[in-house]
Amino acid sequence: MTHSVAWKRYNIRVIWLSLLYGLFLIGAVYGIKHHLLGGVLAYVAAILPALPIIAIFGAIGRYLVEEPDEYVRMLMVRQTLWASGLALSLATIWGFLESFDLVGHIDAYYIAVVWFFGLGLGACINRVTLGAPVCC
Amino acid sequence: MENRLRVLRATRGWSQADLGERLEVSRQSVNAIETGKYDPSLPLAFRIAELFDLPIEEVFVSPARRASKAI
Repeated sequence: MTHSVAWKRYNIRVIWLSLLYGLFLIGAVYGIKHHLLGGVLAYVAAILPALPIIAIFGAIGRYLVEEPDEYVRMLMVRQTLWASGLALSLATIWGFLESFDLVGHIDAYYIAVVWFFGLGLGACINRVTLGAPVCC
Repeated sequence: MENRLRVLRATRGWSQADLGERLEVSRQSVNAIETGKYDPSLPLAFRIAELFDLPIEEVFVSPARRASKAI
C-alpha cells in the first residue's frame, strides 16, 4: 500500500518529536531528581517534555490539513474523535471518583496517554466498521 | 450511496489502484466508494463522473430517487 507524502511527513515529524520528548524527559527527571535545577529552571524543565507532546497534537492537525485523500482524512478524523471521546470521558469519570475520595490521584498527563491509546482504538474501529487498514 | 463505479471501472479494464491513480486518491478510497461505505465529496464525485465522461447521475444513484422508486 502506498502512503501519501502527507502521511510520510507526519510520521517523520512524530518520530523526531518522540525523540525530543525522550530527551527532555530524561533531562528533566535527572535534573530535578539530582537537585540540579531550582526555581524557574525547574518549572521550565518540567514543562519541556510536554511541548513535544503538544507538538504531536499539532502534527496530527497539520496532517489533516495536508492529506489530499478525503477518505483517508476522514479515517483520521474518526480516530481523533474516538481518542477525544475516550480521554475526556475517562478523565471526567476519574475526576468525580477522585473528588469523592473513591480512587487515588493520577497525574493529569495520563489523559494524553489515554488519548493516544484512543487513537489506536479508533484505527481498530475503522478496521472493524469500514474495513480500513489499521494505519492510514 | 449506490453507484456504478465498479461496472464502469471494469469496462475500462482498470484495477482499483489504476482508478485511484487517475483520481489522485488511494486504492482504499476507491474501494470504500465502490462498496458504498463512503460517499465522496461533490468535487470528487464530479471528478469521477468527468473521468468516465458521464453525467454525475449516471455514476451515482440519488438516494432520494432510489427511495421513491422503492415506494
